[in-house]
Amino acid sequence: MNAASCNGCDIEIVAALTPRYDVERFGIKLVGTPRHADVLLVTGPVNTQMADRVRRIYEQTPGPKAVLICGLICGNCGSSSGVYYDSYCIQGPFDEFIKKVDPDAIIVYVPGCPVRPEAIIMGVVEAWKALEKMRGEA
Amino acid sequence: MMAKAPPYPLMIGPIHPALKEPTMFKFTLEGERVIDVDLQPGFNHRGIEYLGMKRNPLQVLHLAERVCGICSGAHQFVFARVVEHAADIVSTERADYLRVLVAELERIHSHLLWAGVAGHELGFDSILYYTWKVREDVQDILELICGNRVNYSYYIFGGVRRDVTPEAVEKARKILQGYRKLEDTVLNVFLTDPTIAHRTRDVGTLTYDNAIKLCACGPLTRSAGVKKDVRFSQPHAAYGDMMGDFKAVIPSDYGYPNKGDVFSQIVVRLFEVFESVRMCDWILDNLPGGPITSEPNLSALLMAKLRMAEGEAVARVEAPRGEDIHYVRLKKGKMELDSWKVRVPTYGNIMSWLTMFKGAQIADIPIIIASIDPCIGCMDRVTIIDSETGRERDVHVDEIKSMARRAERGWK
Repeated sequence: MNAASCNGCDIEIVAALTPRYDVERFGIKLVGTPRHADVLLVTGPVNTQMADRVRRIYEQTPGPKAVLICGLICGNCGSSSGVYYDSYCIQGPFDEFIKKVDPDAIIVYVPGCPVRPEAIIMGVVEAWKALEKMRGEA
Repeated sequence: MMAKAPPYPLMIGPIHPALKEPTMFKFTLEGERVIDVDLQPGFNHRGIEYLGMKRNPLQVLHLAERVCGICSGAHQFVFARVVEHAADIVSTERADYLRVLVAELERIHSHLLWAGVAGHELGFDSILYYTWKVREDVQDILELICGNRVNYSYYIFGGVRRDVTPEAVEKARKILQGYRKLEDTVLNVFLTDPTIAHRTRDVGTLTYDNAIKLCACGPLTRSAGVKKDVRFSQPHAAYGDMMGDFKAVIPSDYGYPNKGDVFSQIVVRLFEVFESVRMCDWILDNLPGGPITSEPNLSALLMAKLRMAEGEAVARVEAPRGEDIHYVRLKKGKMELDSWKVRVPTYGNIMSWLTMFKGAQIADIPIIIASIDPCIGCMDRVTIIDSETGRERDVHVDEIKSMARRAERGWK
């Protein structure tokens, strides 16, 4: 999901899907709707226009929420709003924004501006570990 | 209950699988046919020009490349140039060549990226995977030269930030050689395939007259036969030196009609990829010696030159998507930019959608959207917010004009 990002991370996500990095060999697949998703990949800070849409997309991703949803945050925008931190229209950073919506959200950070495809794969592995840990405790 | 009579409305966006970025289209349909379209942008607005006026030029250099992650180099290139014009800084000859080298490498990556996305929108995913595999090689050169794959941070006022090493040149040459070998294969895949021809010929047509009337720019306008390319019509940096060997790509020069449809755009972008490959080779062959920047001391550059500069300037650069124009005003003694305006290529191109969509089928909407290579992240920059109610509203151009006239006279 693109929450007002600059496209830098978005093209690296596509690069991760294509032959050089090929995340499908690890069972990671891009789906067309949040209702089919297990992991939500978010890029960009959250701006005023997108805030409500981001919340709705997060809520559309199927539950049980505490187990299945990972807010996988891409790039520095998600954790600190990056270069846009003091803009008038930024509601983020995304992690603070989503904790207001769901305090139990599993959040995995993938830092970088933009992130590298290898880092995205690493982020998915981290999300996987977080899910396994949660299942073990449940 | 009776079904509603045509025309039917259809909303696409702001988040939709056919869109790379959040924006919203309101289509009016009659059966399968599009009869009208309206665009509601603003979902990707980040207030970049406002932020630019709170930071000093060296900081804005990094903000400028984050206007858009795909043509980040072009934005930094034009911002470096506009501040150089306003503050009377000149770049060195070697830097001019390296600047063009990175700009052309970026064009290769951007056009290949577009070709893949276009294939995906046509439902032809093998092409997406093929072109993106090919594209990774140019990303390797960019990483080798600039140190990063996407946001390069390569340009700086007075020159470039890093020099190329002989090893990097050697490796870049090898990869460019690989692209030359692939030329026939790539052109064959796109230009002779019956599926692509069926889905793109006479789809989303922009006529020569409309291209001029609607001020379209970049590969879109060249596909309609308009020779509009800032690299050659207003040569900057090293482009002036290579004028004789290269020219703007229009389809009729390569034996294809200048129709302005999606197929012509594929033709323009693919031939531009290989034109850029030859340009990069030319630059590596003719790279002059000397320093890579006219002012290596950054604090001296900032304190002595930029802070003390007074003046305004406009500069333009041919980004992969078209003409990118920046305007900057600097005030003496003021660290921050006094004013900054960015006019991105997509802003010039969106109006073309209005005519391109007329009469199109619903199934062709994704490819027509993708065909102009839109960069919403670049474009979304104007929102009017009523300070009393805090709500956004549409403002008619006459109202803005009258507000401007009143403000100029000091009225409220």
